[in-house]
Amino acid sequence: MADLEGILRPPERQLPPYPPKSIYLATGEQMVVRPAVREETSMLLEAIAPLLYVERDFYDIVAARTFAELLGWKRYRVKDEYCLVGLIDGQLVGLVNGRTLSSKVGISYHTLALRRGLRVGAHLFASKMEYHIEILKQKYVYITAESPIGFRRWMLEYDLIQRPDIPHELGGVDVWTLTPELYHAAKDRLVVGERPVPAPLLKTAETITIPEEAQLVQQVTGRAKKRSS
Amino acid sequence: MRDVAIIGCGMTKFGRREEDLLELLMEASLAAMKDAGLDHRSVDAVYVANMGAGILNYQTGVASALVDRLNLLPAPADTVENGPASGASAIKNAFLAIASGLYDSVLVVGGEKMRAVTGWEATDFVASMTHRQGEYIYGVTLPSLAGMFARLHMAKYGVKQEHLAMVAVKNHENGAKNPYAHIQQAVTMEGILLRPEAVVNNPPIAEPLRMYDCCPVSDGAAAVVLCAAEKAKDAPHPAVHIAGFGQATDIHAVYQRDDPLDLKAVRGAAKAAFEMARLCPQDIQVAELHDAFTILEIVESEQAGFFPVGQGHRALEEGATRLDGKLPINPSGGLKARGHPVGATGVAQVTELVWQLRGQAGERQVSQAVNGFCCNFGGFGNNVLAFVLSRE
Repeated sequence: MADLEGILRPPERQLPPYPPKSIYLATGEQMVVRPAVREETSMLLEAIAPLLYVERDFYDIVAARTFAELLGWKRYRVKDEYCLVGLIDGQLVGLVNGRTLSSKVGISYHTLALRRGLRVGAHLFASKMEYHIEILKQKYVYITAESPIGFRRWMLEYDLIQRPDIPHELGGVDVWTLTPELYHAAKDRLVVGERPVPAPLLKTAETITIPEEAQLVQQVTGRAKKRSS
Repeated sequence: MRDVAIIGCGMTKFGRREEDLLELLMEASLAAMKDAGLDHRSVDAVYVANMGAGILNYQTGVASALVDRLNLLPAPADTVENGPASGASAIKNAFLAIASGLYDSVLVVGGEKMRAVTGWEATDFVASMTHRQGEYIYGVTLPSLAGMFARLHMAKYGVKQEHLAMVAVKNHENGAKNPYAHIQQAVTMEGILLRPEAVVNNPPIAEPLRMYDCCPVSDGAAAVVLCAAEKAKDAPHPAVHIAGFGQATDIHAVYQRDDPLDLKAVRGAAKAAFEMARLCPQDIQVAELHDAFTILEIVESEQAGFFPVGQGHRALEEGATRLDGKLPINPSGGLKARGHPVGATGVAQVTELVWQLRGQAGERQVSQAVNGFCCNFGGFGNNVLAFVLSRE
């Protein structure tokens, strides 16, 4: 059995760490972006689960795929995966994940904002690109989008290069690539944050908490509670 | 001409709503009728303000559908479309019908279901009111017109980006106190302008306008019940009178105007409203202005006569337009934070003034408000309505 597990489990490689950073949001709140560790995946899966049934803005498909990817990471079935989380006062407000295909090529998986209207997704996607280009020093990041919001945020804002010759591993759609040149051209207007994160602020991000399910769905859908007078 | 009073008002929460347009209109209508103490036998006519259900929701004949749903048959019912000023136009029509003696009580409800389409489609839908040959075919949108307008105004009067951000911060602060607002979230000057992160938090939309300079795309409805003043005495709440209204139009294509910064229709509508009310801008304690873009609040506050032309941003700096200032503007959060379901906006402005004048505005209550003013800005200032409301 142990031998079979050895076959099914991809070899582990320690990826260079993503140095945490803090981002000041429009509301004045500070979001800490830091890498998640494998032991935290159960909590992340719990946070994502209610979104599997939210059709709005393709949250269902993005949540389902992210769930599967993180589960794959938790159960040692995805090679070289990582996940960055965005936390405000310890509460999970978004996450991004991806993996490395080779030393030169990174693959962007998904971006999931759990609190909307504060550009959390944009900040986290930028952090993910920062990780691939500046920390992992990769030459290409393969990206695709599954929602119009994603397409607008990534393909248009970063002016990505369409590569119909490369299928993305998320499906049959085209890959769009980010290169170091494109990243640095966009960096001034899209990639922000401060390092090092002051110790007291970083401490607030040590333990992940997740919002109540009803609150989470309300945050994501913007579904107004009925109120009239 | 008979005096006309507002005896009931109600609205839905603005934002992204699951309900369809008719459900939103019904919710606001029933709330207003209840507030007025009316049942279905007491409504003589219905005016429904809506700009684009035919385009956005593939639904026409909205007024006809609504009277049936509300069991108000056989009350006469009309849909009024006047772009983003549809709400005020509908109220004007109701006012005229009552003032003339034709009807005694009229329900006016405005609503829009804009989040049924994408943001791009909603922007294009609103742009359909621009000049077809002179503007629209060149890709003009309302944000782009407002961006060019802001640039001109800033160059001429010394308005800076921080003044625009001040409007956003103030209105978001007010919106956070309004349970009906689309965005109930305060923002900081640091977060949207001063910190390096602001470049991402508040990205350019149509420079110099950034995201927080533009109103959101909203669903929602608001309703008021108007009646002849002499019949308002039995209403559950003190009546608020429509002391005056004015409407004016201007050249359709903005580039054809002598001075694009001169919003003649705002000035004309406000002047007419004040003359009819026999009041002046100094008599107003609270105002709701059409801040679809932050620059418009500044300019409308000047053109309506509250501040000298070119000085609106100075008043903002001094805090005169804050809730505790000399003339609080947009205590509801304005279009910026309360939201802008286009057909509902004019009615929502009047609803907010009624609540303010009755003393029912909760945390955002303006102290000692006796007279209120609102301006509903249609097109890019080419069809504007203004109201002056007074409490008894």
